Amino acid sequence: MTAITDIPDAPRAARRPQLGNPVLRWLRTNLFSSMPNGILSVVLLAVLGKATVSFVQWGVANAVWFAPANDSAACRAMRGVGACWAIIPEKYRFILFGTYPFDEQWRPALAVVLFIALYYLSTRRALWRRELAYLWIGALALISVLMWGGVFGLSFVSQDRWGGLPVTLILATFGLAFGFPLGILVALGRRSKLPAIRSLCVLYVELIRGVPLVSLLFMASVMFPLFMPAGFNIDKLLRAQIAIILFAGAYLAEVIRGGLQAVPRGQYEAADALGLSYWRKHRLIILPQAIRHVIPPLVNTFIAFFKDTSLVLIIGIFDLLTTAKTAIIDPAWQQFSVEVYIFVAAIYFAFCFAMSRYSRSLEATRR
Amino acid sequence: MTSDTPRPPPRRRFFGAWGRRELQGLFWQVLVVGIAVGVVVFLWSNTVTNLSARRITTGFAFLGREAGMPIADSLLAYNPRDSYLWAFVVGIANTLRVAVIGIVLATILGTLIGISRLSANWLLSRLAAVYVETLRDIPLLLQLLFWYVLMQALPAARAAWRPVEGVFLSNRGLILPAIPFGAPQLWVLGAAVLGLVVFHVIRRRLIARQMRDGKPRPAWPFALGLIVALPVAVSLVLGVSWTIEWPQLRGFNFVGGLTLAPEYFALLIALVTYTSAFIAEIVRSGIQSVPRGQWDAASALGLRRSFVLRQIILPQALRVIVPPMTSQYLNLTKNSSLAVAIGYQDVVSIANTTLNQTGQAIEAIALIMAVFLTISLSISFFMNWYNARIALVER
Repeated sequence: MTAITDIPDAPRAARRPQLGNPVLRWLRTNLFSSMPNGILSVVLLAVLGKATVSFVQWGVANAVWFAPANDSAACRAMRGVGACWAIIPEKYRFILFGTYPFDEQWRPALAVVLFIALYYLSTRRALWRRELAYLWIGALALISVLMWGGVFGLSFVSQDRWGGLPVTLILATFGLAFGFPLGILVALGRRSKLPAIRSLCVLYVELIRGVPLVSLLFMASVMFPLFMPAGFNIDKLLRAQIAIILFAGAYLAEVIRGGLQAVPRGQYEAADALGLSYWRKHRLIILPQAIRHVIPPLVNTFIAFFKDTSLVLIIGIFDLLTTAKTAIIDPAWQQFSVEVYIFVAAIYFAFCFAMSRYSRSLEATRR
Repeated sequence: MTSDTPRPPPRRRFFGAWGRRELQGLFWQVLVVGIAVGVVVFLWSNTVTNLSARRITTGFAFLGREAGMPIADSLLAYNPRDSYLWAFVVGIANTLRVAVIGIVLATILGTLIGISRLSANWLLSRLAAVYVETLRDIPLLLQLLFWYVLMQALPAARAAWRPVEGVFLSNRGLILPAIPFGAPQLWVLGAAVLGLVVFHVIRRRLIARQMRDGKPRPAWPFALGLIVALPVAVSLVLGVSWTIEWPQLRGFNFVGGLTLAPEYFALLIALVTYTSAFIAEIVRSGIQSVPRGQWDAASALGLRRSFVLRQIILPQALRVIVPPMTSQYLNLTKNSSLAVAIGYQDVVSIANTTLNQTGQAIEAIALIMAVFLTISLSISFFMNWYNARIALVER
């Protein structure tokens, strides 16, 4: 626990003589402020340098960047010595779009672009108005048309051929779009004065939060057919989507409840004094304030939830992670799974990192 | 709503002693409960019809039947001829084995990284930040598959890596030297735990007396006697042997020592590193939540730095740290169910196999829910107790 003594200690740093050269001064205050600190810096630099060198050797210098189609001989020759990035150009269409008809893959690609545009617009504070809800409905409808087709001369593509990044984005976005209103209702229910409604909401939230998402997904894939009348069956993707919505609803409800608790009592009383009905009181006065309070934790829940959609791999739905795992079943390329996982991790990272940056900027503007 | 004259107050109607509000409340409750009951009855009747059509009898009688599934890596003795009930118990033990060790290791690693992020050493704090950012923003399942692939790519047993003498890392997993553990060793361990508890009680008494007369009373002789001397004495009296068993390579596999199977090891690494990134953030914000004035005031009193950290900063930081830590522990436990993706047989994986073999879907899912709810409630209960103990006592 040597690091504990390194908790910032402003007065001592200020007393040090200021050297002329700014670089030396920076090195002195940040890396070599004391003997143990200096030793630590040297050790860290050595480890970091060695790690960087071996990673660059593996990932850049010795890497195989291109290989003829369906031929992994060049990669296998360099196995263990250099990375095989050639697997990415070979497999990226399958990883990104799964078994979607090859010539129609511009449609899921456009859907992904639409999703990203939708996320971007939702982060603009100036657009936080009622129109944003219409924009969401419009964009999601357009994405459904693109993915399914069957109208406007687009050929129909059934959802068991969907795969890859669009499926991940669909599961996350639709889960959010339906889970959010559900979460609001449940949060209101949990704070309601009506005992029957309150206990139902508590039961729902605690049951869902108490069990792992994996078991909910199993339930959706195995037990759903049992629950429904004989002969009635719905698609596997939709069943997983329902499980994800129920899951998201419970977690979002708890975050929103925190926001509701943060709204001062006076606001409730003032709304009552105006004679507003329950729903108008919440829609006009309480919820706008409550949700503003919890935007940073809400974004964090979205991130967690975006990552959790990858769990559908376990019930065999072709999201981004499953297509990646399937792409490397190909015997010729089997040994190069690390490269594929790094590629997919980079995609997930890009989405989550953007969201967490956004959450942090929101918190910073609040202070 | 454009008129500037105030609107007349809404008319109120009364139904006997009940106001409109109460009636409305009753109406909504009856409606919602009615819908909920209706949905449950609908699903239940469908399920009963479907099950009888498939000739599956509901109930937990199947637990007594022979399981017939192999469990490769288990803490408890098991063979495929045992009952489903025992298979479930083995699965629960496997879940707990990952969860408990994972929680301990993730807490240690997360605390170290959280403190490193606050380090005055620029390099160390940047490295810790990169660690946290990278691990938090990549799905756990992807990390788990990644570690598992790396584990499988390790050399075979014959060419195993030996970072330290007696430790082998190969595609058979991690093999460590171990001390064979039986009843006599448990007695010694029990004596140590007893000594620790008694020492804790005595120490509190000593502090209480010091509060009264201000005279410091050293506690270390008691520590020496109860925590060190007592177990050693028990060990000598019982003649317990503490020989270390070194693993050896025989043919294609290892004999002796403690083996962590690749599935278990990959799951443990993935859970510990992923959760530690979240714990690091909690620890960092906890320490930062203590105002600087507390450090300054303590050093103005002339207290030593380690004493300040232990007695002044940490107790205040813990109040911020403990509640979110509880939910991280719960997450780690629930995330251990991802084991099913790499074939480590935890309780979810065993329930899933049972479900496929017997078709007892409802019972299997009910068992998973019962197990996880019990674990979650126990962790919450313990952490709430701990939280109440360290909470700020206000006048």
